[in-house]
Amino acid sequence: MAFPEPKPRPPELPRKRLRTLECGQGAVRAVRFNADGNYCLTCGGDKTLKLWNPLRGTLLRTYSGHGYEVLDAAGSFDNSSLCSGGGDKAVVLWDVASGQVVRKFRGHAGKVNTVQFNEEATVILSGSIDSTIRCWDSRSRRPEPVQTLDEAKDGVSSVKVSDHEVLAGSVDGRVRRYDLRMGQLFSDYVGSPITCACFSRDGQCVLAASLDSTLRLLDKETGELLGEYTGHRNQQYKLDCCLSERDTHVGALVLALPVGPGVVQSLAFHPSEPCLLTATGSSVHCWREEAYEAESGAG
Amino acid sequence: MAARGSDSEEDLVSYGKGLEPLEEGERPKKPVPLQDQTVRDEKGRYKRFHGAFSGGFSAGYFNTVGSKEGWTPSAFVSSRQNRADRSVLGPEDFMDEEDLSEFGIAPKAIVTTDDFASKTKDRIREKARQLAAATAPIPGATLLDDFITPAKLSIGFELLRKMGWKEGQGIGPRVKRRPRRQKPDPGVKIYGCALPPGGSEGSEDEDDDYLPENVTFAPKDVTPVDFTPKDNVHGLAYKGLDPHQALFGTSRGHFNLFSDGSEGTSNLLGDVGVNKGRKLGISGQAFGVGALEEEDDDIYATETLSKYDTVLKDEEPGDGLYGWTAPKQYKHQTESEKNLRYVGKILDGFSLASKPLSSKKNYPPPQLPKDYRPVHYFRPVVAATSENSHLLQVLSESTGKSTQDSGTQSRHQLNASKRGELLGETPIPGSATSVLEFLSQKDKERIREVKHATDLKAAQLKARSLAQSASHSRLQPSSPDVAHSSWLTALAGQAATPRASNFKPFAKDPEKQKRYEEFLVNAKQGQKDALERCLDPSMTEWERGRERDEFSRAARLYSSSHSTLSSRFTHAKEEDDSDQVEVPRDQENDVNDKQSAVKMKMFGKLTRDTFEWHPDKLLCKRFNVPDPYPDSTLVGLPRVKRDKYSVFNFLTLPETTSSPTTQASSEKVAQHRSSDKSRKSSRWDTSKQEKKENSISEFLSLARSKVGPSKQESSPLVKKEEKPVTESLPDKERNQDVNSPAEESSARPSMDLFKAIFASSSDEKSSSSEEEQGDSEDDQETSREADLKSSQETGLVETAPVVQAIEPALQEPPPPFLIQKMQIDEREEFGPRLPPVFCPNARQTLETPQKEKHKKNKEKHKTKKEHRRKKEKKKKHRKHKHKGKQKNKKSEKSSSSESTDSSESPSGEEGATALSPEELLRRLKRFPLRRQ
Repeated sequence: MAFPEPKPRPPELPRKRLRTLECGQGAVRAVRFNADGNYCLTCGGDKTLKLWNPLRGTLLRTYSGHGYEVLDAAGSFDNSSLCSGGGDKAVVLWDVASGQVVRKFRGHAGKVNTVQFNEEATVILSGSIDSTIRCWDSRSRRPEPVQTLDEAKDGVSSVKVSDHEVLAGSVDGRVRRYDLRMGQLFSDYVGSPITCACFSRDGQCVLAASLDSTLRLLDKETGELLGEYTGHRNQQYKLDCCLSERDTHVGALVLALPVGPGVVQSLAFHPSEPCLLTATGSSVHCWREEAYEAESGAG
Repeated sequence: MAARGSDSEEDLVSYGKGLEPLEEGERPKKPVPLQDQTVRDEKGRYKRFHGAFSGGFSAGYFNTVGSKEGWTPSAFVSSRQNRADRSVLGPEDFMDEEDLSEFGIAPKAIVTTDDFASKTKDRIREKARQLAAATAPIPGATLLDDFITPAKLSIGFELLRKMGWKEGQGIGPRVKRRPRRQKPDPGVKIYGCALPPGGSEGSEDEDDDYLPENVTFAPKDVTPVDFTPKDNVHGLAYKGLDPHQALFGTSRGHFNLFSDGSEGTSNLLGDVGVNKGRKLGISGQAFGVGALEEEDDDIYATETLSKYDTVLKDEEPGDGLYGWTAPKQYKHQTESEKNLRYVGKILDGFSLASKPLSSKKNYPPPQLPKDYRPVHYFRPVVAATSENSHLLQVLSESTGKSTQDSGTQSRHQLNASKRGELLGETPIPGSATSVLEFLSQKDKERIREVKHATDLKAAQLKARSLAQSASHSRLQPSSPDVAHSSWLTALAGQAATPRASNFKPFAKDPEKQKRYEEFLVNAKQGQKDALERCLDPSMTEWERGRERDEFSRAARLYSSSHSTLSSRFTHAKEEDDSDQVEVPRDQENDVNDKQSAVKMKMFGKLTRDTFEWHPDKLLCKRFNVPDPYPDSTLVGLPRVKRDKYSVFNFLTLPETTSSPTTQASSEKVAQHRSSDKSRKSSRWDTSKQEKKENSISEFLSLARSKVGPSKQESSPLVKKEEKPVTESLPDKERNQDVNSPAEESSARPSMDLFKAIFASSSDEKSSSSEEEQGDSEDDQETSREADLKSSQETGLVETAPVVQAIEPALQEPPPPFLIQKMQIDEREEFGPRLPPVFCPNARQTLETPQKEKHKKNKEKHKTKKEHRRKKEKKKKHRKHKHKGKQKNKKSEKSSSSESTDSSESPSGEEGATALSPEELLRRLKRFPLRRQ
């Protein structure tokens, strides 16, 4: 293989609407890529969770077992299990292949806004409206959480996990970062309620979306403001934000995509390719860059 | 497998049996699941388990003797063709095969018989053989038996033999030389049991003649002890009538129960002989003889009367014991001790004592007096007071105690201290009788205070918990009489518990308390109109109604607290007395400055808080992260104790800097857990360094840790510093009337203060109304009392103020102690910021405004005469109480606390006229402590 390394393409934004998935499960509360980006999960308002191939648009499996609408879901690194949390205050661990509920963790006092696996899928972290983050052990049969992080003064809207950090955005206007290695808690005051907080792909920055229609890029170590992104309007809804695969673009509603009249409920960026999923109403749109051509034989 | 192993893998060793190789196309066998596994008997028949009563597994055909075709006797053979072979059926014919198997009830396994079991010689059998040899037709014929030795020995014997053991020897290491028996010296007395005359002694004596050095001996064989437990209730070695012997031994005439050993063996042998003649097999032997038994041993043998004794005689031809094993009583031989011998059978292992027991001396019981009545009755206990001394005397006379002259009697009743008092001695400090008297004055006061405080707290807790129910009952339109009568009866039935007597809901109003107690006593006696009687007749109807309500509620409060409340409430998780609650040590700072920082987009240090956070150990493990605090046990944010009802737990303190605060508080935590060493040098370490730097803070925290709920404890610590302060302020003593109450209020604001501020309570009104009557007489007295009180309080100034001492010290520590101060003392929380209305510590600095207040106060006195009168009236009450105890320091203390109460109300009202917001906040902060 003596071909020269192809010149890295300039970063391109997914501007082309590739496909629209009609999920048929009520309002799509969240759409999430799995670990490698081949599949996506949609969390529906009809208590179900669906696994799709977003590029082909095929429904792979439906997971039902929640008692109320599903608000967030995440897949484990090995694609063997899923976790989801919903309005029934429960965090559910699913087996991907069989579609069975492996475990249900109960303990939250309010609906679970966000769930996340840790890197090795040994712990499920769930943030709830009851202002706690609970760390559930997915390995043991312990019914109670390993630890409860109850420092937030208001509901926890988003939780992200890196290998040794837990990033939590709360409605009390703070982004808290629990560093397990240092044994420290860093609390950054942003002001308005945080709807979503996430790490950048290089792990150096934190992007926080808040209800004052602003996205702020903060330095993880010092908490200094690196950038501010405005232009969209969000004062009511819980909004997701994410960064593209090379931290080049912030994708909340950065792109003036012709999405439609509805509100983009949730969006997810492909972990390695310029591919974006947005959820609006009861459908999910898949966006790719302009040059992308649909795989042949797609259904 | 073996073949392959032999040629190729010779050096390998294979264990176990390999699985059979699967044939081509054969599916591997699945293991039978548990629910499909069945129990089958040897013949492969399915067995169903039935349960214990139906005999375990199913048997026969549906547990019947029949078969599928119906019932057919299995052994039926037509008698026409061929006669039945067997007419006699044994029990085995009716038994299942399982019963005859190894684990059945009649196992038919091959067992080694006794003859072949071992070579141990049964002594009885030996004897029997000897007897048989003697009585055999050919004497010595049994010799043949000796030649025929059993081939098998038990493995134990074989092993022992291989180890060099020989029969007749004992087991154990060989002994070199038997210790020579010491012959008892005739001169030396031997106590205890006499040694049995050993038969072995003689033989040993023979051996003693020659003992070479290098010869060892095997230990002596030990005759095994019979350890069969005694499982009957007879006497030792008593054998009851053996029915076997009784039935079959009749032929030998009168059965001798107590024959000696040789006879017993012969009896046994006889039994054997009888048994030999009978048919062997399974035969019932329990009661009588089975119906199928062929041989009827003469069970119905006629017992002739001649075998029995018909006449009672003095002496029996036998031993005359009639089955008793007890020694026979010989009436005629008591005179000679020599003849007294044990006649009964001597038990195995016992021997007759050579020395007779010395008889015990018997002492006759004492002679009872003639008029003795064997009944005891209790005399009534009468407390010795002045009135009933006569009665006491009469009582003591009636008991038969001496009617001594009263002087000597009282002398014995007095103890040493009282006697000394009578004689006018000064009491010796060391000769206190109670432990409490050893305590110092201050300690006593402290104990009293703590006790009082806990009582009060308990009462308040009850009050709080009952507040709801009380309000409910008030809301209900049910007639008060019904309610009253209901709890009146409850109260009457209830015995007065010590707790109840301690409960004083109206302690600050002694008259009211008195009325309440009176009412309680009346109610206990079951009087219906208890309430009406004890109420003050001079009060107005409305006031009386109100007081009635209060009393009944208070009574119900503590009467129900024991029964109903205790069942409804569980133990508190946090101590109520502690007034503290666990609070995260590091609070996130104030939002305001951050808000501004955000507005200015100055993210970074201004908006960031950093806390120490302890992840759970398991969480670290799951995250594959080393535990940052391997030695710490806490999880989450470190917590500290804070005042429970402090507003500052709910409001975030406006602090300019966050880091010093955390340092200061971490210092406190470090004191709590001094062993907590984090691996990395965290703030714990720096805090220690800092602690050395400012020793004052250390002192303060130390003092705080010592001072529990009562702050008076710290007063001895700082008393020295305190005095110069007081002396430097001479003008303070001038306007004592104003200052001293405020001063004392600093220790702890009393309930009255809050009542004065917030509630227009009934007692205030009632007392004011009372005053109007006795107004004219009081006027003269008041002046005197005021003087007296002021003199009291001059002495008080030097003892009470703890606060002053701390105050100058507090001015030194740097700002980090903002929070700490809050914990030290409530009044220090706001320290420099508060106006000095309730802050007497700031007196020195803010002298002038107080003077102004004083003037104001005086003006008020003019305008509101009632207030003053009320105050004076209260003083009067107090005076009544403490007239006699003025030299006593204790009383001074209590009076001081009361004086606070009484004289505080005007100042409180004064404060209410002009309330600053801080003041309101301050009261708010204290208020929930005293919720009623």
